[in-house]
Amino acid sequence: MPDWLAQLLVTLLKAVLVALALLTTFAYMTLIERRLLARMQIRIGPNRVGPMGLLQPLADAIKSIFKEDLSVTLADKLVYTLAPIVAIGMALTAFGGIPAGPPRSLFGADPWVYNLDAGILVLLALTSMGVYGIFLGGWASGSKYPILGGLRSSAQMISYELGMGLSILGLLMLVGSTSFRAIVEWQALNGWLILFQVLGFALFLVSSFAETNRTPFDLPEAEQELVAGYLTEYSAIKWALFQMAEYVNMITASAVMSTLFFGGYRGPVFLDALIPGISGWPIVWLVVKIAFFLFLFIWVRATLPRLRYDQLMRFGWKLVLPVALLNTLMTAAYLAFARGTGLWLLGLLSLGGLLLLFVLSDRVRGLWNTPTQRRDREAAAVRTSGGD
Amino acid sequence: MIMLLVALGIGILAVIASAILGPKKATRAKLMAYESGNDPEGGVGTGQRFPVHFYLVAMLFIVFDIETAFFYPLAVAYQKLVPFAFWEALTFVGLLLVGYYYILKKGVLEWA
Repeated sequence: MPDWLAQLLVTLLKAVLVALALLTTFAYMTLIERRLLARMQIRIGPNRVGPMGLLQPLADAIKSIFKEDLSVTLADKLVYTLAPIVAIGMALTAFGGIPAGPPRSLFGADPWVYNLDAGILVLLALTSMGVYGIFLGGWASGSKYPILGGLRSSAQMISYELGMGLSILGLLMLVGSTSFRAIVEWQALNGWLILFQVLGFALFLVSSFAETNRTPFDLPEAEQELVAGYLTEYSAIKWALFQMAEYVNMITASAVMSTLFFGGYRGPVFLDALIPGISGWPIVWLVVKIAFFLFLFIWVRATLPRLRYDQLMRFGWKLVLPVALLNTLMTAAYLAFARGTGLWLLGLLSLGGLLLLFVLSDRVRGLWNTPTQRRDREAAAVRTSGGD
Repeated sequence: MIMLLVALGIGILAVIASAILGPKKATRAKLMAYESGNDPEGGVGTGQRFPVHFYLVAMLFIVFDIETAFFYPLAVAYQKLVPFAFWEALTFVGLLLVGYYYILKKGVLEWA
């Protein structure tokens, strides 16, 4: 067997494995989410199908495959069918670039499907391709709720993508590379990047919640206002594919956050004193960190109310974007003028920025609520001045 | 590349499987768009338009995303170019902030 063919087969195997692993994780994520939400609301959640409800995802999958696949009369059949495929394709592909361990640690093979020098850029590009799936799905449904929902989701996603792209600029300046592996290795030498980029991380976290359409930013799925957004006219497996894409995006976002800010596949070094070599266990640490962020996604969903759409857009454009730029400039100034003092200074600066944001949170909230407040004030003025 | 093919392949397979396995008994009522049992009003093909705000956001996104695209090479090469690169970045961001201030005051970012 020629060398290139072997290489191709190994890559193919890894790609299929990653895709299947993501789909299984998605299936069980739905179960875990339901169970956890139930626990948080002091009830039990699905526990009938299989032990502890473990067969519930399987039952759901079989049900959705055997359902009737409808498309409404006005729908654009081709685009209507292609949109979920695009959404799931981009979502699954985006995960392939995440390194799950040092080179050759996966039975002699590299634990990633593709390794590009511009890893983050490719990831951002792929997530913005996912917007096409959602918008085209909404447009092709040929009905007004989906088209409004699709517009809303795509406007929200592109707005927060900006926040995502800008909030990691400071990190990229520090590391000086866009490759995931270089970032993880930098963190192995200098400590987790969250220590030095707390502000950037906070913005990135908020942006990725909005980017994956999760609460408190799940406006597209605001069933009380827009039926089900871009999903309204979808049924059977196409509907499931969109859901899948959302959850896979969540998993990818968790993986990206752990890789960029939490040391990726390397565990905390101080644990080495207890069990030698534990910080280097491949894959385990990445899975632990992803699981933590997935739990965070669910926890936030159970806790926070949804934003209104105008608040959401104002939050993205008036807060996340300028603060991300500020964070970039802060890191740039540190690297230009205060390099010699050590990284702790940058850490303090970043933490200070975040704390300042919290302290001023009432002012900040006023910033994106201003128009409605003004409207209320004007309405009140009219009410008091009118009459006899 | 292979990952993309595999991912799209999974999507296509799922859609085909569902198309073969599901029941197919479409009726007129089933194919009607969602509108609580009425014939839908508005939507695609009826000439109804949506707010211009979405266009504005898309335009702003293009502008600021290009800015981000210019920033990435600078960020990666930054440590080799300091402190000159800092003033360059500051000028660039300053120019953009002028534009940002303009749209802010114009009320483009309001959704009232």
